[in-house]
Amino acid sequence: MDAVLGQVHGLVAWALSLANDYDVPSLIEAGVFFLFAGLALLFACGVVFFRNVVHSALSLTATFICVACLYLSIGAEFMGAVQILVYGGAVAVLIVMAIMLTRRDDMGHSNPSRGLIHHVMAAGVTGLFLLGMAAVAIFSPFRSAAQPLGDAAPGLADLMLTHYVLPFEVIAVLLLIAMIGAIVLAKGADER
Amino acid sequence: MELWNAIMERGVVGTAAELLHELFMLIFGSELVAGILMKCVGIGAILGLISVAAIVFTYGERKVCAFMQVRIGPNRVGGRYGLLQPIADMLKLMSKEDIIPEGCDRVVWALGPMLLFVPTALIYAFFPFDKGVALADVNVGIFLMLAISSQAVLPFLISGYASNSKYAFIGGMRTVAQMLSYEAPMIFSLLGVVMLSGSMRMCDIVDAQSQQLWFILMQPIAFVVFVISATAETNRVPFDLVEGEAEIVAGPFAEYSGMRWALFFLAEYANLLSVSILTTVFFLGGWNGPFLPGAVWFGLKVLAMVFVFMWFRWTFPRTRIDQMLAFSWKILLPLALANVLFTGVGIYARQWF
Repeated sequence: MDAVLGQVHGLVAWALSLANDYDVPSLIEAGVFFLFAGLALLFACGVVFFRNVVHSALSLTATFICVACLYLSIGAEFMGAVQILVYGGAVAVLIVMAIMLTRRDDMGHSNPSRGLIHHVMAAGVTGLFLLGMAAVAIFSPFRSAAQPLGDAAPGLADLMLTHYVLPFEVIAVLLLIAMIGAIVLAKGADER
Repeated sequence: MELWNAIMERGVVGTAAELLHELFMLIFGSELVAGILMKCVGIGAILGLISVAAIVFTYGERKVCAFMQVRIGPNRVGGRYGLLQPIADMLKLMSKEDIIPEGCDRVVWALGPMLLFVPTALIYAFFPFDKGVALADVNVGIFLMLAISSQAVLPFLISGYASNSKYAFIGGMRTVAQMLSYEAPMIFSLLGVVMLSGSMRMCDIVDAQSQQLWFILMQPIAFVVFVISATAETNRVPFDLVEGEAEIVAGPFAEYSGMRWALFFLAEYANLLSVSILTTVFFLGGWNGPFLPGAVWFGLKVLAMVFVFMWFRWTFPRTRIDQMLAFSWKILLPLALANVLFTGVGIYARQWF
């Protein structure tokens, strides 16, 4: 019995010693990042290339969830939860909208691809946007924290309800206006 | 006696986990390997719990239903009490033909029931079953749990859409309307609990209840709102508009048969168990209780809540879809918001006394 246990211990120790030459935690971190980043890109391509608008919307959900997993993997649990709750929930509504607005006999061609000129225009706009984002990321005074913040929700709540309370309220009013506007557009303003 | 002391101190599950960890350390002699194996055992335990719950609850539901309707219920298979009835049901489900409806969106149709089970099982990772027994005790536990459980809307919708059937499609649309509108009062009712305990970590919420009163006494309005919206979130009578047998056959699962249909069923009972666990954790003091070990108290409270949800099911008639939505937006949501306001005022006022 002891001999068998000794063999097993030796085997495990040998397997672990193989990994000693590498920085295992950061390797795992990188692996998780590339896995979810790759999946997110793949599903994002799916959003563009699927012919069926419902498949596109589902692919969009998968992209959002991959991004949420990226947030979770860097320890930003609150951001990850917000990403899943807000975007995942929104996509369900988006699909309902898509079905209701495009319902035909065949959903197979509800998300048609446009001509070359549209592709070029889309690529140009996206490129400009990416350039702008890169510029903001490089030249902005904000830097990411040196280590994970841990419990970020209380800090966020403090800032939002004290220092940034006015922008917070203004955004709330803006959303309310948008919602009322959507209802008026959908129902018609002069309905009795 | 030593074992009993350990159980009282660290709980039944905690003691078992510790013994198992020691066993793995003895066999493999490495903390890393033992840790990974312990996580795997935890995941397996949760999946096992869900399966056993589904088996026990199908039997329990039929017996409770029979009791309410002055019948006997299952009484043939497996002795006088019909104890083997769930096994017979399971064999029947597994031996059924797998019918794939013509003209359905094949891949999405097949993905629906599988995807439905993912968020349902995933949220079990956050539940504190006993003191220090939670697979993932996250800082923003409640919030992450609610976010993940809200993803259950989408599989219902896509199975309804992909079945290429009118009834299934109407059921899918109803799911979105129902589950999204009852999520709002549910989240706002939990806000009062979070304000009182000052943390979104589930274990902290249970701890707060051992120091203060149980939150069912401090947040009675939130408790009522939460239980009602939880009933709606699990699609059970009186809010089973998604299935609505009398109106739309079986809603999103009208076109599924055999094991695919069984997955919907499994998810439904997993949801029943998880809302009972949530009610216990947030309002009934979790594992707190005198004399008995924490896990036993937890189990008793959870089973009591399961019985309450079954009681609802066999007592109330089905509501109409417009009544149900109006109830959520016009009554439950204002109540939950008022509760948040009163809780805030109460917490502020308590500073002066």
